[in-house]
Amino acid sequence: MFYREAGDFKTSYAADNQTFPIAFDRYRYYFVLFIAIAVIPFVVNEYWANALLLPFLIYAIAAIGLNILTGYCGQVSLGTGGFMAVGAYATYKLMTAFPGLDMVTITFLSGFITAGVGVLFGLPSLRIKGFYLAVATLAAQFFLVWLFNRVPWFYNYSASGQINAPERTMFGLAVTGPNAEVWVKYLFCLFFVILLAWVARNLTRGTVGRQWMAIRDMDIAAEIIGVNPLKAKLTAFAISSFYVGISGALLFSVFLGAVEVGEAFGITKSFLVLFMVIIGGLGSIFGSFAGAAFLVLLPVALKVLGVDTLGWPTDIVAHFQLVIVGGLIIFFLIVEPHGLAQLWRLAKEKLRLWPFPH
Amino acid sequence: MKKLTTMVMAGVMASGPALADLVIPDLSYRTGAYAAGGIPFSDGYQDYFNMLNQRDGGVGGEMFRIIECETAYNTERGVECYEATKGEGALVYQPLSTGITYQLIPRATADGIPLHTMGYGRTSAANGEIFSNVFNYPANYWDGASVIINALLDENDGSLEGQKIVLLYHNSAYGREPIRTLEVLSEQHGFELVQLAVDHPGQEQGNQWLTIRRERPDYVIMWGWGVMNQVAVQEAANIRFPMENFIGNWWAGAEHDVIPAGDAANGYRALNMNGLGDMPVFADIQTHVHDAGLAAGDGSNLGSVLYTRGMYAAMLAAEAIRVAQEMHGVAAITPAMMRDGMEALEMTAARMEELGAPGIGPEFSVSCSDHGGTGMAAMQQWNASEQEWVTLTDFIAPDDAVTQPLIEEDSAMFAAENGIEARDCAM
Repeated sequence: MFYREAGDFKTSYAADNQTFPIAFDRYRYYFVLFIAIAVIPFVVNEYWANALLLPFLIYAIAAIGLNILTGYCGQVSLGTGGFMAVGAYATYKLMTAFPGLDMVTITFLSGFITAGVGVLFGLPSLRIKGFYLAVATLAAQFFLVWLFNRVPWFYNYSASGQINAPERTMFGLAVTGPNAEVWVKYLFCLFFVILLAWVARNLTRGTVGRQWMAIRDMDIAAEIIGVNPLKAKLTAFAISSFYVGISGALLFSVFLGAVEVGEAFGITKSFLVLFMVIIGGLGSIFGSFAGAAFLVLLPVALKVLGVDTLGWPTDIVAHFQLVIVGGLIIFFLIVEPHGLAQLWRLAKEKLRLWPFPH
Repeated sequence: MKKLTTMVMAGVMASGPALADLVIPDLSYRTGAYAAGGIPFSDGYQDYFNMLNQRDGGVGGEMFRIIECETAYNTERGVECYEATKGEGALVYQPLSTGITYQLIPRATADGIPLHTMGYGRTSAANGEIFSNVFNYPANYWDGASVIINALLDENDGSLEGQKIVLLYHNSAYGREPIRTLEVLSEQHGFELVQLAVDHPGQEQGNQWLTIRRERPDYVIMWGWGVMNQVAVQEAANIRFPMENFIGNWWAGAEHDVIPAGDAANGYRALNMNGLGDMPVFADIQTHVHDAGLAAGDGSNLGSVLYTRGMYAAMLAAEAIRVAQEMHGVAAITPAMMRDGMEALEMTAARMEELGAPGIGPEFSVSCSDHGGTGMAAMQQWNASEQEWVTLTDFIAPDDAVTQPLIEEDSAMFAAENGIEARDCAM
């Protein structure tokens, strides 16, 4: 009833293979894109952009990145925070070393640098898997944070070890720094989100993605049918780190503006992105968005409900938030291991059959 | 998600501002690894404003409205709190976190809202010619480092030649702040400086204290916060380091830092930038706020070191508001007026007496070029049997000849990085 599929015929392979084969889904996708590109920039205010939309977009990129590695290729990673730090520090060094370079180039370059570092730390994945790989990536997390704390060159020898994003403009509009308009920042991040999500979706549908999934499901079987594990695992690490690096770069340059590595990119950040992927749904691009939205919105929603509406003390609400997030993670792991994306899939199936389920 | 956002939007709208008032956001942290320090500071901060509301009806006939926002010492949540509260007409921000301060310096400056980072934050913000909206009076980290060395010089007949001093610091922007000053001072006075970093949150210090035991330093100076302080005091006790040679900065010298170590903490020293003791203002807070059931938190912190400091921060803010009201002749001041008031603030001994808090801080005045105050701090010592901090000295002056060039240098770097023109304060 909600999905009227009658008359929705496919006459070519291309049409049959498209991402959104159901017309209703496709129109909704265009509608969401339209709202995001053409409506939100005109109505968004500073609070909405800075407290909700920017972190949502940036974490969505990180979640897609981790989902490629963990959800599609089956390699557990706890090094997300460290790789985000690589992206952030690469951006800082590029911004300060080449003041004339535009931000899009800088952000992509940071992504490539992170991809290189990711491949380096992905090498052990050829020999170890599961828990052992998780521990190896955990080592990457601690090593990278230690490195950026330890070597003053990375923070340009500043007294405090903080890095600050100077103001940079694109088309005459400030993108970074305190004077940047929020809609500019929003569109800047949105550009990366749409582009990267589109690329990720198509990668995972193609040869590369199928190789990743073959490795994830059973690496020995995959090797026997001709998947090169070296290539598959390292491309997963490279592309995942590329995404995570871009997310770290944006988090630093556009969203926060000043960063201290241990605080902003510590182990908690790795867990946060992992929770996004788990709650959102492993192996799903939509799940990455859902998970990011959920974990960015939940604390704010709880705060608005608890502190502003019910008038509870702030510490009680903050404690409740920990309890609720923890409870939800356990709930999802037990009841719906495939996350919000699976709930969405089930709901869609039900809606397609409604009102005549068989 | 769209639906949820509209619902949240409706929630925000419904709980919108009750107009006018002097809006004071309190970016507190009552959860997490640093809550032990965040709670008493926030209690003191809120209680003082509430006391003014109850006793005097606010300042100049305008009531205070406090908006508390939990940051958990996390910069991203601090930014969220800032964005959530600034639209309400916030007059001044005091985030009590160096990390959040670094986030807020550019934002608050762009939004024209003053930032008061009392004894924390970016030290070079003391240069008002570059940092128009940031104030860190009455003292900053470099003053603190200098004061400790001055006090030690005093005890060692003016020479620290050949002595070994360990700096045990929280491995963050906060903890790294004093390093540059101490390096200059170590060259100047000929002592050896050993730097030992402790990573967030600071529970793991075994390695550092092993090094200290091996190095046998004459003094250990600590730049710690939160759970790190308690652990350090305990570790020092474990290796039987002489406590009177272990000196914390003003964020490492509260009751909760030393009580867990029991009698072993006796003699531990720390700086303090505010006076302690039984002040008349506490009685007012007791009658007007606590007895009326309006206390922030559980009301158990009245008179403790950090409670007093939070109250002192509120007192300085309230004084700046009064000055701003007089300067501009309006009661409902704007953040821009508040900034002017803070820049014209003058604290005299007589005024502190009037406010019911004699000796709560040094006398100082703020000017267009100097946002840092005098930088004086007192030395205090923990008496474990009486369970109280005893103030040992008067307010000790820092060596401005050392800190001033560093401030000039660092603020010039900030100005160059961000393309800021220095204000002309001679006008």
